[in-house]
Amino acid sequence: MAEHENAPNDSIIVCEDVHKWFDDFHVLKGITTSFEKGERAVICGPSGSGKSTFIRTLNRLEEHQRGTIVIDGVELSDDLRNINLIRQEVGMVFQQFNLFPHLTNLQNITLGPIRVRKMTKSEAEEIALSLLERVDIADQAYKYPSEISGGQQQRVAIARALAMEPKIMLFDEPTSALDPEMITEVLDVMRELARSGMTMLVVTHEMGFAREVADRILFFDEGAIVEDAAPADFFDNPQHERTKLFISQTLQH
Amino acid sequence: MRKAYYTVEERELTQAMKPPAHTKGPARWIKDNLFNTWYNVLLSCLALICIFFISKALLTWAFTEAKWGVIPANLQLFGVGAYPREQIWRVWSVIYILCVLVGLSAGMWGGLVFRFAVVLGGVWFIGALLPFELSTRGWFLGAVAITAAALFLGRGRTALRPWILGGWLLSFPLIMIVLRGFGENSVLTSNWGGLLLTLILAVVGIVVSFPLGVFLALCRQSNLPAIRWVSTAYIEMVRGVPLITILFMGNILIPIFMPGLDINQVLRMGLAITFFSAAYMAENVRGGLQGIPRGQHEAAQAIGLNYVQTMLFIVLPQALRSVIPAIVGQFIALFKDTSLVAIIGLIDLLGVARSVIANPDWFGLQAEVYLFAAIIYFVFSYSMSYGSQEIETALGVGEH
Repeated sequence: MAEHENAPNDSIIVCEDVHKWFDDFHVLKGITTSFEKGERAVICGPSGSGKSTFIRTLNRLEEHQRGTIVIDGVELSDDLRNINLIRQEVGMVFQQFNLFPHLTNLQNITLGPIRVRKMTKSEAEEIALSLLERVDIADQAYKYPSEISGGQQQRVAIARALAMEPKIMLFDEPTSALDPEMITEVLDVMRELARSGMTMLVVTHEMGFAREVADRILFFDEGAIVEDAAPADFFDNPQHERTKLFISQTLQH
Repeated sequence: MRKAYYTVEERELTQAMKPPAHTKGPARWIKDNLFNTWYNVLLSCLALICIFFISKALLTWAFTEAKWGVIPANLQLFGVGAYPREQIWRVWSVIYILCVLVGLSAGMWGGLVFRFAVVLGGVWFIGALLPFELSTRGWFLGAVAITAAALFLGRGRTALRPWILGGWLLSFPLIMIVLRGFGENSVLTSNWGGLLLTLILAVVGIVVSFPLGVFLALCRQSNLPAIRWVSTAYIEMVRGVPLITILFMGNILIPIFMPGLDINQVLRMGLAITFFSAAYMAENVRGGLQGIPRGQHEAAQAIGLNYVQTMLFIVLPQALRSVIPAIVGQFIALFKDTSLVAIIGLIDLLGVARSVIANPDWFGLQAEVYLFAAIIYFVFSYSMSYGSQEIETALGVGEH
C-alpha cells in the first residue's frame, strides 16, 4: 500500500501506521494509506473490522494512539486548534443522522456556518436553502427533523455537512438505518456529490453503489486493510481469501 | 413514487376514512368513569358524601366563625415585616422598577410574558380598588399605570431585547440598594421581613443557583478528573446535610471566615440557600445531560463547534428542556424552604404569621392566619408550576 500510485503531494489524506485500541482491544492495526483530492473511496468489511473507527479517527471523533494522520497538510494531534481546523475541512454523515432535534432543518444547517464560519444569518440561510434545493427537500426547511422521513433526515444531514464547505466528506454507513425504499434517494444525492468532484470516503454495505461510484474499494478485516483495489479488480479478481468470501456473501442477496 | 392512477380496488383500499364519531359529553364521561361498575358506584357515592361534609364544615367555618379581620389589620406586616412605615416608598420604588421591566418584556416578547404582565396589572388594579389608605391605593394605581405604559412602550421593539435582559440583571443590585438605602435613612436588613423577605431569598436562590447548578453538572461530567471530583464532592457533601445545618453554618461561619466583610444576615441566608439548592439543581441537570445521545455531541463536533458552543447550542437546550419539571420542582421547594430562615431570627412570611398569632390582640386565630399564609405560598408555587407547563408547551417538549 505504501507505493500507492498517487504522488504524495496530491494526497489530501495521508495515514501512516495508524493504531487504535479500545482498552486492550486492538481495533486498528497499523493502517497506512492515502487518498488524493477528488478520490471516491468505498470502505467495506465485516462488522467489527474497524472501518467505522478508521474514518472516525480522520476527524478525531476517535483518537488514534500511534502513527500519524495528515489531513490537507495539517497533522491531527492533541492540539485543539488543529482539530478544529480539520473538522471544518472534513464533513461527516452518520448512520443515525444525528440531526439536532430542537432545531429546524434550516437551523441545523445554518448553525455551523454562523457559529464556526462566522457568517451572517442571512448569508448562511441563503446557502442552506440552496443546499436543501440541491438535496431536493427545499420544502422541508422550516420543519423539525422529527417531522420528516429518515431518508429526508439523512439528506438534511448531508446538507448540514456540506454547508461547512468541506474539502472531504466522510460517510459512516449512511444508509444502514434507512428503510429500503429510502436508500435510493440518499444514494442519489451521494452520486450527485461524487460527480461534483468531492473527495469522499464512504463506509457502506451498498456494493452496487461501490461498483458504480467508487474509484477504489478498501476492504477491512480485523483492523487492517486486506484488499485495496479498483472496483473492477475488487469484484472480479479479489486477491485475498477473506475478500472472496465477503464478496460471495454480500452478492448472494 | 406516487402513482399517476389507481384501479378502483386500490382507490377504495387507500381511501381515508374519518374515525368513528363518539358522543362524549361530560355526562357520558361521568357515567363511563365514575358509575360504570357497582363498586365504582359505591366508591363514588362514598367520596361524594365525604366531600360534602368536609366542604360544608370548611365553608361554615370560613363564612360564620372565622375572624378574618386579622388579615387586613396586619397586611403590611405580612407584606414587609418590620420594614419601617415611613420608608415604605422604597418598597414601592422596587415594585415600580419591576413593573417597568415586566411591562417592557411583555411588550417585546408577548405570549406568556404578556399574560403575566396582564395578570400582574390586574392584581395591582384590585389592590387599588380595595379599601386601603388613600396613599396605598395611589401607589397601586401608579403600578398599574407604569406597567401599562411600559408595555405600550416596549410593544414590538424586539431589537431591544438584549438590553432588557441586561436590565433584569442590573435590577437586582439596584433593588438591594434601593431597599437598603444609605446613611441615616438606611433600613437594616434585619428589619426586612414578611413576603418581601421570602421573595428576595427565593429569587436570589433561584436566579443564582440555576446557573451554578448547570455549571456544577457540567463539571461533574468533565473529562478532567480534578474538576469532576471537586464538583462531585461538593454536590454529595451538600446533599448529605440538612438545609437547617447549612443555614446555621452560613450564619456563623461566613463572618468567621470573612471577618473583614460585613455580609448582612439576609445575604448570608441567600448564599446558604443558593449553595444548598445548586447541588440539587446540578443533579437535576445531570439527569438531562445524560439523556442526550452521544451522537449529538459527535455531530456538533463534526461541524467544528468547540466545547462551549456544543454545550450552549446543542446539549444544554435539549438537556434543560427535558428536565424543566424537575427544575421547577426544585424552585418550588426552594421557595417554601425559605421559611426555615426563621431559625436564625429572620421574620419571613411564616415568621410574621407566627408573630401575629403571638400577639394578644389576635389570640386564638391560628387557623385564619396560617390558612392565609398557606394561600400565599400556594399562589406563588402554583404560578411557578403553571408557568413551567406553559413553557414546556411553548418549547414543544416531547414533540421535537
